Order: sequence, then C-alpha cells, then structure tokens
Amino acid sequence: MSDGRPTPRPSATFPPAVLDEIHRAADQGIYEIRGFGAKRRVPSFDDLILLGASVSRYPLEGYRERCDTDVTLGTRYAKRPISLKIPITIAGMSFGALGAHAKEAIGRAATLMGTSTTTGDGGMTPEERESSETLVYQVLPSRYGLNPDDLRRADAIEVVIGQGAKPGGGGMLLGQKITERVAEMRDLPVGIDQRSACRHPDWTGPDDLAIKILELREITDWEKPIYAKVGASRTRYDVALAVKAGADVVVLDGMQGGTAATQDVFIEHVGIPTLPAIRQAVEALMELDMHRKVQLIVSGGIRSGADVAKALALGADAVSIGSAAMVALGCNQNVHAEDYHAIGAEPGACHHCHTGRCPVGITTQIPELEARLDPEQGARRLRNYLNVMTMEVQTLARACGKSHVLNLEPEDLAAMTVEAAAMAKVPLAGTDWIPGGFGGDY
Amino acid sequence: MIDLDLSQLNLRSVNERLQATLPGANEQSYRVLHPNGCHALAVGLTQPIEVKVEGHVGFYCAGMNQAASVEVAGHAGPGLAENMMSGEVRISGNASQSAGASGHGGLLVVEGDAASRCGISMKGIDIVVGGSIGHFGAFMAQSGRLVVCGDAGAGLGDSIYEATVFVRGEVEGLGADCVEKEMTPDHLKALAALLGQAGMDAKAASFRRYGSARKLYNFDIDHAGAY
Repeated sequence: MSDGRPTPRPSATFPPAVLDEIHRAADQGIYEIRGFGAKRRVPSFDDLILLGASVSRYPLEGYRERCDTDVTLGTRYAKRPISLKIPITIAGMSFGALGAHAKEAIGRAATLMGTSTTTGDGGMTPEERESSETLVYQVLPSRYGLNPDDLRRADAIEVVIGQGAKPGGGGMLLGQKITERVAEMRDLPVGIDQRSACRHPDWTGPDDLAIKILELREITDWEKPIYAKVGASRTRYDVALAVKAGADVVVLDGMQGGTAATQDVFIEHVGIPTLPAIRQAVEALMELDMHRKVQLIVSGGIRSGADVAKALALGADAVSIGSAAMVALGCNQNVHAEDYHAIGAEPGACHHCHTGRCPVGITTQIPELEARLDPEQGARRLRNYLNVMTMEVQTLARACGKSHVLNLEPEDLAAMTVEAAAMAKVPLAGTDWIPGGFGGDY
Repeated sequence: MIDLDLSQLNLRSVNERLQATLPGANEQSYRVLHPNGCHALAVGLTQPIEVKVEGHVGFYCAGMNQAASVEVAGHAGPGLAENMMSGEVRISGNASQSAGASGHGGLLVVEGDAASRCGISMKGIDIVVGGSIGHFGAFMAQSGRLVVCGDAGAGLGDSIYEATVFVRGEVEGLGADCVEKEMTPDHLKALAALLGQAGMDAKAASFRRYGSARKLYNFDIDHAGAY
C-alpha cells in the first residue's frame, strides 16, 4: 500500500451487501419486500448439457425434417382438454401486479403462438379474456375477483396451492398499486396494503382438495382441465397428493419463479430449485403410473429454448414462463434510466415491481407509465421471443434425433456439476456416475 | 315440484338438472331426496329456482350460488355456500367450518350453529347465524355483514377489513384489528331489516357491532406484534 498500511479485510460473514441490509433494516424496521425471483446462484438447467446424436444415434435434418411441438393438457378427466401448439405457456400474473397493457400484450402474444396464458390474484379482466384464445383461470386462497361466470368463461382452472417464490406464503400487493380499479376487483379499500392468504379459506389437505376439485368440475360440467399449482419444496409428496386429489395437470414452480412483491428472505431461503423439483415430480408421477397421463408443467427460471429442452427431457410436458415474458416485454431494458434511479434501481438490476412505478410500464397502474408499453408492440416482442424459444427447442431436439420435442428423455442429458448430477439424477458428463445412485425409473 | 332422488340418481345428473333449468321454464322448484351427506350438491346454480334438500349435505353445498334459493333441512359440511354471489341459502341445522367463505352477495342463513371461520374472506355476502359461531369468525372479512344471534368464539374478526359483525351473545375474544363500534340508528335499522329477512326473532338493539380499527391497513412497525 502507498501509505504502508495493510488493505482492510472485509468479513466473509459480513460482506458489504449484508452490512447494507442490516443498516437498512435498522433504519426502516421492515423486512425487504421486492419483486422477481431468487437472485442467489442455484443449480439450474445451465448445469446440464444435451447429448447430440452421432454414430450411436442419428440426428434429424435441422430445416427439413419435422420436429413437432404440440402438447395436449388435461387428458385425465376433462371433457375438453387444451391443445397447444407449443409447450411453452404463460404463467399466472395478476392484474394489479401487472397493468392492463401488459396483460393484454401477453394474451395477444400467447394467442398468436397458439399457447395459453393465465390470470392471477385479482380475477379475470375483460381485456385479458378478449385477447387470450386459451386462458387458464386461477383459483387462489384470497379468492379476489373469483366468480362462477369467469370460471365458466375460462378454458382451464388452476387451483393455486403455492408459488415457487414463496411456498407456504401468501401474496402481498402494496398500497401504492391498489388503484380504484384494482380495489374494486378485489373488494378492498383503495390504497391499503393488500394481503393474500396463504391457505384456501374452505379446504386444507389433499382429501379436502379432492372435494374442492369435484365442486369446480360440477360447476363447469366437467369440461375444463383442472390444474393444481404447487411451489417446489416437498415436491415428491405434493405432486403425488395433487394427483390423488384428482388434478388433470400439475404445475410445479421452482424457487427461481418470480413474484411481484414478497419478502426477500422468503424468495431467497424457502423452497428448492426447479432442477431437483422436476426430477422429484416425475418420479412421483411414474410411481403412480401417471406420467404423461397427468401432465406436468414446470416453471421457475425458464429463459431459453435450451431450458425448455432440458425440462422436457427430464419429463415435463410443458413449461411456463413469467419473468422471462416480462423481460421480453421490456422489463429491465436500458431506457428511462432516470426513472429506474428514482426508485433506487438500475436497468438490468431492477426488482422494483412492488413499487408500482415500473419504468417500462409493465408492473404499474400509473397511466403515464403504463402508456410506455404499447400492447401491440409488446405482443410482437413476446411472440418473437416465444418463436425463438420454440425454434431453439426444436433445434436441440432434432440434434438428439427426436421428431417431437416431448420425445426428449433423461438419457439425452448429462450434468456439468456433481450437484446437478445428484439433483437431476443424470450422469456427470463423461462418466456413468450419478451421485446417490439410481432412483425412480431413470 | 320435481323430485330428484340421490338414491336413484348420481350427483352429476342432479346438478345437471338443477343447472339446466331455463328462465321461464314451467317447473322452477325441486326437491332433492336422500342427499346422504353428499358433497358439491346444488353448486353453480344460475337461475332463480327453488331447491329444497331433505337431509344432511357434505362440503360446498350451494357453492358459488347465483340467484337460486336453496333450503337444506339438515346439517351442512364445510364451505356451505362458499363464494356465493346472490340468491338465498338456508339450512335448518348446523354448518361446519368456513360457511359463506369468500361470499360476494346474497343471504346465507344458518338456523343452528356455525363452526370456525364462518364468513372467512367474505366479500359482500350477508350471513345470519341463529345460534353461535366458532373461532375466527369473519377472519379477513372484506365486506358484507355477519350476524350472530348466539355467542362468538375467540379471534372474532381477525384482520377484518370493511365487513361488519353483529353479535348478540358473548364474544370470547376479538382478533387483531377488530374493535367494538358504536351502534348508530342507521345500523339498528339495517340490522332489524336483515334479521327480519332472515326470519330471526331477535331485537336489533340487543346486538353489539364490531368492525375494523383499520390499523393494519398499511404496515407500521409499531403494530408489528399484531401481524
């Protein structure tokens, strides 16, 4: 050192970010509430690779030979299962958390791509129903905006039990986002911090859930597929119990899944990553001889066609995207930098959905900000992104010799790390080693 | 009146018949026999028909009701008239937990007692209970009225929003942010009308009124202990 003194040594236990958080907590007296999903590095699809074809198996011609992407959901009991052109759906995001322009853009893009979108806490808006050819209607613990007319207007029903960002936790929409329209839809006063319950008001446990599903089927003439959405934690048991309760489809959301506003401590410290959760879910389905009979939709950190291909190879029937769809609409884009700064964020590192002052007009109810997102342009961007993901997953599936993306299988995968090998139960690349040995039917 | 006998017909047939009644059809009244505690009976009705159920019912009887009048001569399982939108549901016996959960409108009358979480998350429904209710009545209740002619268990009105609770008997304890409020002449008048509509022989003046202190509407560190 120039002055001869030693370089100060920061503590590994108390690095600057931890010190900042303690200072902030001491100042404000409230835990940090934020949007987006887990920021910590977790074992993920990036830790898996696909094994392209060679001598032992042959690939399909990239631009000439077919590789289909269609998927049918809800084949177990529903009179009218859903047929989608691509295995990439849009996850539930509420009107309230998102503005009406964002919801409309998402609906339009999903319709253009022949896939489904999903409502969220707060109910179904007319714009959303109109713009979405295939709309999944969520039944959440809060029951905000829930009504039987919308239930019958929906194409499928998703009973939300948990969310990857906060398994075991309810929702939260801070007062600044409770405008008159949002408040009216939720039967709450304008401007209050709106809490969504963590448990349904009229059932607890799998036996009750079975009766709740029966009721929903009776109200809708057994037409609609019924999904059960669980946050990834005790996945093996939760999936088995959802199947036992009569779900047509299980939606599994890993800890990387996003939220509009949740305690940071919840987002970062509760639940398990998507990677091990898929494997546990597929094992549970296989154990019950229900794999492919009850479809599995996986969400939480899906960003590219590679992620989709790997999720399908591990046994999912489809994936769902939320955060990535918002990014495609412009979330975290490097525009309106001054507005990012005003809410204490930076383009590229913004998780300030909870403030309601989204600089790019997605997670806001403020008309001037919302006007920055043109629904038509947003729809085009999201459609482009979904198209790219679809072409990517087809490219990878063809390279593995598959004429349908759902033909991808665990045997097409290898792991780059010991952790990923253990969690996904695929061999460490270049070896036959699966830490912990074989489990399930893999 | 048309008889639908659940010892002869399955649940789907009965519900389908009730749900399919068209406005202006000749027959608008039904009697359901031998319910035998079956679940999800008379759910999702949309027309102003009359349904009389002769016997006990299981979970979610009259769930999401719109416009219909459903009477149960017996007891009811959990989630009676859950998420009801309009119309009237009346049971002669007791109701299990979560009666009227998240109901948006209409009138639910329980002539006997109701168990825990009666009126949980209610969003505009009127619930009148002839007897007593269990713990956590009107938990997170958003709007509407819960009237209890008997006693109320612990945690009444916990985290209540803009709903109103009237209790004639003893209250074992109030939940977080629920307080007793003044009974004004307007409240007395409205309560008397509601009691009359529900067919309850009780004087409005003998009730006390409870509602939200509105201290938990926006986070305040000084109220952290109440969360």
